[in-house]
Amino acid sequence: MDTSIGTQDINSKPYLEVAELRKTFSSFEALKGVTCSVGRGEFLCLLGPSGCGKTTLLRCIAGLERQSSGVIKQDGLDISNLSVEHRDFGIVFQSYALFPNLSVWDNVSYGIKSKKDNRDADLRNAEQLLEMVRLTGHLNKYPAQLSGGEQQRVALARALATSPGLLLLDEPLSALDAQVRLHLRREIKEIQKRLGVTTIMVTHDQEEAMSMADRVAVMQNGQIEQIGTPSDIYTKPNSEFVAGFIGTMNLFDGKMIDANKILLGDVALECVTDLRGNASNIKFGFRPEKVNFNQNSKKYPTNQLKVKIKDFELRGATTRVFLASTHFSDEICVDVWTGEECVSGLKAGSDINITIPPDSIVILSDKKND
Amino acid sequence: MTSSTQTSASNKPVFADEYSARPVFWNSERLSLLMLVFYATLFVVVLILPLGILISRSFTDRNENWVGVTNYTTYFASPERYTSLSNSIFVSSLTALIVTFLAYVFAFALTRTKMPFKPFFKIVGFAPLLMPSVIKAISLVYYFGNQGVFKSWMFGQSIYGPIGIVLGSVIWTFPHVLVILIAAFSMSDGRLYESAESLKATKWRIFRTVTLPGTLYGAISAFMVAFILVITDFGVPKVIGGNYNVLSTDIYKEVVGQQNFSMGAVVSVILLIPAILAFLIDRQVKKRQRSAMTAQSTIYEPKKSIVVDSFGFAYCALITVITVAIVGMAQYASVVKFWPYDLSFTLDHYQFDVAGAGFDNFFNSLKLALSVSIIGTTLAFVGAYIVEKTKSILLLRNIVSAFSMMPIAVPGLVLGLSHLIFINNPSNPLQVLYGGFLILIASTIIHFYTVSHLTATTSLRQLDPEIESVSLSLKIPLYKSFFRVTLPISIPVLLDISIYLFLASMTTVSGIIFLYGPETKVASVAAIHLDEMGETAGAAAMGMLIVYACLFVRLLYLLLGSWLIKKSQVWRVR
Repeated sequence: MDTSIGTQDINSKPYLEVAELRKTFSSFEALKGVTCSVGRGEFLCLLGPSGCGKTTLLRCIAGLERQSSGVIKQDGLDISNLSVEHRDFGIVFQSYALFPNLSVWDNVSYGIKSKKDNRDADLRNAEQLLEMVRLTGHLNKYPAQLSGGEQQRVALARALATSPGLLLLDEPLSALDAQVRLHLRREIKEIQKRLGVTTIMVTHDQEEAMSMADRVAVMQNGQIEQIGTPSDIYTKPNSEFVAGFIGTMNLFDGKMIDANKILLGDVALECVTDLRGNASNIKFGFRPEKVNFNQNSKKYPTNQLKVKIKDFELRGATTRVFLASTHFSDEICVDVWTGEECVSGLKAGSDINITIPPDSIVILSDKKND
Repeated sequence: MTSSTQTSASNKPVFADEYSARPVFWNSERLSLLMLVFYATLFVVVLILPLGILISRSFTDRNENWVGVTNYTTYFASPERYTSLSNSIFVSSLTALIVTFLAYVFAFALTRTKMPFKPFFKIVGFAPLLMPSVIKAISLVYYFGNQGVFKSWMFGQSIYGPIGIVLGSVIWTFPHVLVILIAAFSMSDGRLYESAESLKATKWRIFRTVTLPGTLYGAISAFMVAFILVITDFGVPKVIGGNYNVLSTDIYKEVVGQQNFSMGAVVSVILLIPAILAFLIDRQVKKRQRSAMTAQSTIYEPKKSIVVDSFGFAYCALITVITVAIVGMAQYASVVKFWPYDLSFTLDHYQFDVAGAGFDNFFNSLKLALSVSIIGTTLAFVGAYIVEKTKSILLLRNIVSAFSMMPIAVPGLVLGLSHLIFINNPSNPLQVLYGGFLILIASTIIHFYTVSHLTATTSLRQLDPEIESVSLSLKIPLYKSFFRVTLPISIPVLLDISIYLFLASMTTVSGIIFLYGPETKVASVAAIHLDEMGETAGAAAMGMLIVYACLFVRLLYLLLGSWLIKKSQVWRVR
C-alpha cells in the first residue's frame, strides 16, 4: 500500500497525519487501520463506493466520531482525543446544514466571536469570502430562498469564515444538479487554491475526485487501496478494484511467460514491465481509449489482435465499440472519437484488427481480489 | 497543546493555543453529560422509585410487614374484586373497538375526501380534549339517565354502568385516536393510488386493497392506545359507572374509602399489566408502520366524488351535532334551577356555595395547568434535544430515552398513588411537598411526559442532523446554537406541546386525585366531588368553567400562535 505523500511535500512535514486508524461500530469494522497523510495546502479526495469507510474517516478527523484506536495529528499536534469544538476545521455537508432561521450573512458570520480581538479582520474575511462565492447580493436572504448551488456556496463560505487550518467536504456536490455540480466543482477548487487551505473531500464520484484533487485515496472495505495523484491512479492502478472503480479498464486473467510477454488466451502480447516472467498467473488490463483501431498499423505487429465488432454505443464525444475475439472469451471495449474515419463504414459483425500498445498494458498486483 | 505549534509558517490562527487558555471543563460534551445525569436522576426520583415502592407495598400488609403474595391470593379469592379485572378489560376493549371505527371513518373523511368545511370538522374532532370527564358523564345522564330526555332509547337499561362508561369513554378518547388515524392516512403513498387507478380498480377495491392495508397498523395502534386510555381512566367510570366496578375505581375505593394502601397497590399492579402489554403491542406495531413510507413516496391528493364527499360530510356533521349536544346539555344543566322539576334559568350553581368547592379550585386549575405547560414543555423539549442531538454516552441516552417512554404505560391513578405512598413515608425528606403544588405539578408533568417527549423528538428528527456538527466545528458550544437556531426553529412544536399539556392538566383527574391538599384542590377534582355529593348542577358548572377556560386558551393560542409563528418563522417563506 502506497502511503507516501505527494512530491510537493516531500521535504516539509505533512499537515495532517492519520496513523493506524480503526473504527468499529458494534460488530461492523468501518475502518481497518487507515494510515495516510495530507500536506499543507493539499487537496486530498477520499474516493470509494458507499460503505467503504470514507465518510467515517472524515468524521473521525473532524471528531464527530471517536476512533476505536489510532492517532490523528494535525499540524504536529495529537488531536485524537480532542472534542469537536476544540479541533481546527471547517466542514461542508451534503445536506448543506445551513441554519434555516438565519440569513446568509448570519450563517457565514455565525462562528465569528463577538469578543475576539481580530473580529474586524474576521468580518472582512467573511465579506471577501461571500464575494468569492458571488453571494454579496443575497446577504439578507434566508437559505430557503436560495437555490441548492447557492446554499452550498453559503455553506462553503461559512466553513471558511473562521479561517480554519483544515477544510472538510463531505460529498458537498452530491445533492446538486449535474450542471451546477460541474460549475461548483471548479469554483471550490479555485477558492481552495487561492486560500491554500488544506482540504479533504469525500466523494463517490470518480470524475469529481480526479478533476479536483491533488491526490486521491481510493478506499474499499475500510482500507485505503491506493493513494496518489489522479494521473497515477488512472494510469497505474495497483489493484483490480482501483482499475475498475476509476474509469473503465479491460481486465484479463493472463500468464507471464517471459520478461515483457504476457499470454492472453493463446496470444502473446508484449508489455513493459519489470516483472520477471515465470509463468505466473497475473491480472492485467488496458484502458479502452489506448487501443489503436487502425487496421493496417505497422507498429507493434505482435500486439495486433483480430476481432469482430459486436456493438456500438454512442456516448457523445466518444463512441464505445464492443469487440469479441476468437482467442479468448472476454469482451474488449474500445473508445474512439465519434465520427472518426477508422470506424466509419464499420458495422456490427465486421472483422477488424486492433493494436494494443505495449506501454498501455497495466499489470495489476498479483494479489487476487474477490 | 504547547505553544511550540506556533512555529508553523501558516498565518492561520492556531486554535490549540486559543482553547488551552480558556477553561476546557465546560465543553459541550460535559454539559450534555451533566444534563443526562440530571434527567436520569429526575426520572428515578419521580417515576422509578415511587413505582418500585408501590410495587413492594403490594407485598406488605396494612402495617407494612412483608407478607409475600398473600394480598394477591386474597384479591383473586374474592369474586367481587377480581370481576373488576374482567369488567375493565371488557369496557376497554369494547370502547376501543367502537372509537377506532368511528374515528377511522372520521379520519377517512378528513383526509380522503374533498368535502367542504374540513378545518372546522377537524376542530370538532378534537373538541373533547377541552372537556373534563364530568361534563360528558353529566350530559349522558341528562340524556339517558332515569329522568333523561331519551330514557326510552335505553330499553330499560341503566346509563349508570358499562353502557355509560363505554359511551363516555368513546367521547373522550375520540381525539386521541383521531390524531393517530389522521397520521396513518397521511402516511399512505400516493403512488399506490395512482397505480391502482391506472389498473382500473373500482373505488371500493382501492379502499380494500390499498387504503385498508395501508392504515391497518395505524388502526391497531389506535385500538391499543384507546384501550390503554380507557383501562387507566378514572373520571368517567367514577362519575357514571354506578355499581359497575373497574380496576381504577377499585384503587380509589381501597385507598380513599378503606385506607387500604396495600390492596390499592395490588390493584395498581394488576392494572399496570394490561396497560404495559397494550403499550408493548403498540410499539411493535408502530415499528412496522414506519417502514411504509420512503423518500420517493408522494402525497395522496383526493379527487372529487359526489357520493364519497357527501357521505363524509354527512358523517362529520352527525359527529358535530353529537359533540355540540353534549356540551350544550352540560351547559344547560349548569344553568337550570332544579332539573327536571324547576327548569327556570339561574346562575346560582356558579356560586359553588357547597363546602370544599369554590372559585379557588378553578384558579388552582389555571395555576397548575400554566405551571405544567411551561415547565413540562421545557423539560420535554430539552430532554428530547439531549437524547437526539448530543453525542455523549449512548447507554445513558438510551436509559433516559427509555425512561421518557415509560409514563405512557403507567395509569395516572397508579402514578398518583405511587407518589402518595412515596412521599408519605416519614423517612422521605420530600414529605414536606405533600398537599402542595409542587407534587401536583411534578406528578402531572410525568403523567403526560411521553406524548410531549415524542412530539418534541419527532420534530427534532426532522431538523438537519448536522446542524450541531457545524456549530461545533465553528467553535460555538451546543447550548448557544440551541438557543440561536434549534429553539427558534421549534417554536411551532413548542406551542403544540404547551397547549397539549395545558388542556391535559386542566381536565385530568386521575393523576392528582390522591395528591391534592385543601389548598390545592383543582376544578376537575372539585367537579367530581360535587357530583359525588349529588350537586350535579354545581358539578356541571365547575366542568363548564374548565371548558370555557380551555376554549379561551385554545383560541388565544390560535391567535397568539399564528402571530408568533408568522413573526418567528419568516425564513420558512420561499
